Amino acid sequence: MATTADTFQAHTEEHHHDADHKPAFFARWFMSTNHKDIGTLYIIFAIFAGIIGGAISGLMRWELAEPGLQVLGQVASWLNGGQADFDQMTHTWNVLITAHGLIMVFFVVMPATMGGFGNWFVPLMIGAPDMAFPRMNNVSFWLTVAGFCSLMISPFVPGGTAAGPGIGWTLYAPLSTSGSVGPAVDFAIFSVHIAGAASIMSAINFITTIFNMRAPGMTLHKMPLFAWSVLVTAFLLLLALPVLAAALTMLITDRNFGTTFFDPAGGGDPILYQHLFWFFGHPEVYIMILPGFGMISQIVATFSKKPVFGYLGMAYAMVAIGVVGFIVWAHHMYTVGLDVNTKMYFTAATMVIAVPTGIKIFSWIATMWGGSLEFKSPLVWALGFIFLFTVGGVTGVVLANGGIDDNLHDTYYVVAHFHYVLSLGAVFSLFAGFYYWFPKMSGRMHSELLAHLHFWGFFIGVNVIFFPQHFLGMNGMPRRYPDYALAYEFWNHVSSVGYVIMALSMLLFFANMIYAFTVGKKAPANYWGEGATTLEWSLSSPPPYHQFETLPVIEDHHSHHDAIGTTPSAAH
Amino acid sequence: MKFGDIARKWLHVLPLIAAVLALTSLPQVSLAQPAPAETAVQAPAASAQSVNVADQNAAPAAAAEASGPTAQGAAASGYTPLGPEWIKGQPTPGALGFQKQYSNIGDEGLFMHDVVLLPVITAVTLLVLALLLWVIVRYNRRRNPVPSKTSHNTLIEVIWTAVPVLILVVIAIPSITLLAHQYQSPPKDALTVKVTGYQWYWGYAYPDNGGFEVISNMLPEEEALKRGEPSHLAVDNRLVVPAGEPIRLQVTGADVIHSFAVPSLWFKIDAVPGRLNERMLFIKEPGIYYGQCSELCGARHGYMPIAVEAVPRAQFEAYIRSQGGTLGGEEAAPAPAAAPLQAPESSVEGAPGAGAAPTAAAPGTEA
Repeated sequence: MATTADTFQAHTEEHHHDADHKPAFFARWFMSTNHKDIGTLYIIFAIFAGIIGGAISGLMRWELAEPGLQVLGQVASWLNGGQADFDQMTHTWNVLITAHGLIMVFFVVMPATMGGFGNWFVPLMIGAPDMAFPRMNNVSFWLTVAGFCSLMISPFVPGGTAAGPGIGWTLYAPLSTSGSVGPAVDFAIFSVHIAGAASIMSAINFITTIFNMRAPGMTLHKMPLFAWSVLVTAFLLLLALPVLAAALTMLITDRNFGTTFFDPAGGGDPILYQHLFWFFGHPEVYIMILPGFGMISQIVATFSKKPVFGYLGMAYAMVAIGVVGFIVWAHHMYTVGLDVNTKMYFTAATMVIAVPTGIKIFSWIATMWGGSLEFKSPLVWALGFIFLFTVGGVTGVVLANGGIDDNLHDTYYVVAHFHYVLSLGAVFSLFAGFYYWFPKMSGRMHSELLAHLHFWGFFIGVNVIFFPQHFLGMNGMPRRYPDYALAYEFWNHVSSVGYVIMALSMLLFFANMIYAFTVGKKAPANYWGEGATTLEWSLSSPPPYHQFETLPVIEDHHSHHDAIGTTPSAAH
Repeated sequence: MKFGDIARKWLHVLPLIAAVLALTSLPQVSLAQPAPAETAVQAPAASAQSVNVADQNAAPAAAAEASGPTAQGAAASGYTPLGPEWIKGQPTPGALGFQKQYSNIGDEGLFMHDVVLLPVITAVTLLVLALLLWVIVRYNRRRNPVPSKTSHNTLIEVIWTAVPVLILVVIAIPSITLLAHQYQSPPKDALTVKVTGYQWYWGYAYPDNGGFEVISNMLPEEEALKRGEPSHLAVDNRLVVPAGEPIRLQVTGADVIHSFAVPSLWFKIDAVPGRLNERMLFIKEPGIYYGQCSELCGARHGYMPIAVEAVPRAQFEAYIRSQGGTLGGEEAAPAPAAAPLQAPESSVEGAPGAGAAPTAAAPGTEA
C-alpha cells in the first residue's frame, strides 16, 4: 500500500487501482454500500421528488391564480375517472396539499440535506473511509424510495370523498381516521412510517460515524460545522421520529383495528395526536434547516477566506436550537383550546429560539466582516439564505405570540412564514451546497453564469410568491383553501406570477446540469482556492471510490481550534 | 478590525434606528384608527349607540329601511337580518394588514402587532440587510484583498446574545398580558352560545334560550351577490348575538376538527370533537363580521364560512323569539319551536363535555 506522502490520496487515482475498482452498474447503484454513491442516489432521488412536489405546487398556484375552480376539474377527473363533481374537485385540492407537503418534507429536503450532502461529505470532512454501517445506509435509501412509492400510489386509490388522501401533511385525526375511509390514507401513513424508519437508521449511522470514525486528531471541537449540524440533526431524528412512529401506529390501529386513541367516543382525544405529531413536527423543522446552517457556515467561511467566526458559539447554538426545539411544540396548537398557562409557557419558550438563531445570523455576518469575499455562486445563494431566513425568522417571532396567533393561525401568514424558512431557507442552503460541492461530486464544473442567473430568478420568484402571502394571511385568508373571496384575488394573482418566475429559473438549473455534464471543464481537487480548507478539498474531484485508506492526521495549529483552520497531513 | 468598537458604535446607533422605525410605523398605526369614524358615517345609529339599550330601535330601524326586500316577517317578530350595509368585518381587496378590529381583544392584538412586533421585526430585518450590504460592499476581494484572521470577540458575542434576550423580554410582557386578557372568563350571567362544526356547515345553539340550534350554510355565489354580500363568506343563517356585551362561546366539533375563526374579532378557537372550548366574545358594535373555517376538515373545508351578526340587545331578543326560543325570566318552552333548518348529519351527543343542553334557568354553567 504505497501512498503518496504529501496529499495522500489526491493523486492516487492514476496509480492506485485498489482505491478505485468500482462494482458493475447494477451492483454499484442498486446494492450500493459506498457513502458517495448512496449520497448521489439520494440527491438524484431528491431532485426527482422535487420536480413532482414542485409541479404540484405549480398546479396549486395555477388554481389560486384567480377565484373559482379552474384546474381541479382536470386533475380530479384524471385521479377519479370520469367527470369530476364538486366534492371530488375540492377533495383533490386536499390531496394536492397533502402530497406537496409530504413530498417536500420527507422526500426532498430530508433526503437532500441528510441523505445527499450528509452522506457525501460527513465521512469526507471527518476523514473517514465510509459511513459506520454501509449496508444500513443502503437500507435507509431504499426504504425512502419505498416510502415514496407508497405515497405515489395513494392519490390513485379511494380516500373517502374521492381518490387520494385529503388530510394535510399533518395527518390530523379524526379527519385521517374516521374522516377518511379507503386505503389512500393508509398508503400515506405507511409512506411516512417507512420514511421515518429510514431516517432513524440513517440517524444511527451518522451518530456512530461521527462519534467513532473521526480522523486522528479531529476532536469534536475541531470538526467542521457541517458535520456538527448533521450530528445535531441526527440526534433530533433519533429522538423525534420514534414519537411520530408511535402516533402513526395509533392512527393505523384507530383506522383499521378498532382502537380509539384519538376518538373521544372511546375515551380518546384528537388533541393527543396533535401533541404527539408536533413533538416530532417541531424538531422536524430544525431537522430540515440545521444541515443548511452547517452548509452555509462552510460556504461563508470558504468565500470569506476566513475561519468561521465564533466556531464554538456556532456549534453550541445548533445544540441549543436542537434542545429548545423539543420543548416548544405546542405553539403549533395555540387554537386547540390550551389553557392560558400552557399557552404562556409555549409563547415564552418559543421566543427563546430566536436567541441562538440570532447568534448564527450575526456570526455569519461577522465571518464575512473583514473577509475577502469572492462572489461565487455558492456565496450568493448563502447570502440570499441569510437574508431570507432572517425574514422567515422574524415572522416566526410574531407567530410565537399566542395572542397574535389567535388571528394568524392557519392563515396564509403561516404559509408565508414557513416557506420563508423552508422553501427559501432550506432550499437556498441546498442550492448553495449544491453549487459548492457539485464539481467535487461530479468532477465537472458547472457554469457560474447560469448559477448566478438561476439565483436571481429564484430569489425574485420565491419572494414574489411568498411575500404577498403575509398580506393575505393578515387579511384573513385561511390555508388549504382551493378558492377564496374576491378580496384575496390581487395578492393571490401576484403570488402565482411569482411561481412562473421561479419555475423559469429552475430551467436554468437543469440547463446548468446539462452544460456541466456535456461541456463542463474537469474540476480540480480544490476549485474554490485558499478559503476551502476542509478535508474534502484535499481529495480529487470526484474523490476516489474509496478514500482515506490511510487516515489523515489533523494537526493542531494552536492559534484557534476552528475546524476551518485545521490542515490534513499524511500519516507516516 | 476591532469588533468591540463596532459593537459599541452600533449600540449608540440602535436607539436612533428604533426611533426612526417607530416614527415610520406611526402612519400605519394611525391608519387603523380612523376606521371607527368611517363606519360611524355609514351607520351612525349603530356606532354611536353600540351598547345603549335605550336607543335600541334606531339601529334595527335603519337596517330594516335599507334592506327593504329582506324584511318579510319582520313585522311579526320584530327581527330583521341586517342588510349588507352593516357588513363590517370582511377582507379588504389588496390589503396589506389586518382587518379592522371590532373587539377589545382585537384592538389590543392589533396594537401588539402594529406597535410592538412590526417595528421590532422590521428593524431586525433591516439591520441584517444593512450589515449584509455593508460586508458585500466593503469586504469584497477588490476592496479588501487580505482577509483578517479574526475569529473571536467575546464582547460582541455576549452583546448579540444579550440584546435579543432583552428585545424578547420587551415583546414577552405585552404578549403575556394579551394572553391573559384573551382568557378572561365571561361573567356568570353572560349569554351562552354553543357553536358546533359539522362537515361542512356550522350549528349555533342557544342553550340559555330554549336550546334551539340554527344551521348555517354558505350561500351560493349568485345568491350572495344578489343580497349584496361577499361570495364565499355569506351564509343563509348568521350567528346572531347581542353587541356590546360579553358572550360565552362554547365551541365543539361534531365529526372532525373545525375551527371557528373571525379575523375582525381577533377570534379563533378550534372545534374539536369531544371537547368544549370556551372563550369570551365581546363585539363592540352591531354589524356583520365574516370568518371562515380554519382547520382542514375535508372536501368542503373552504366552503363553510362564518357570519356573525351582532345586534342591539332588543333586536337580539326579537331574534330569539322569532326562532321560538325563550328569554331569561320566561319559562323554558317545552320544546324548541324552531326546528333546525337542516338536520345535523351527526351529533355530538355522547361526546364528553357536550352534555345535555342547559336550561334557561341555569345560566353560567361552567364548561
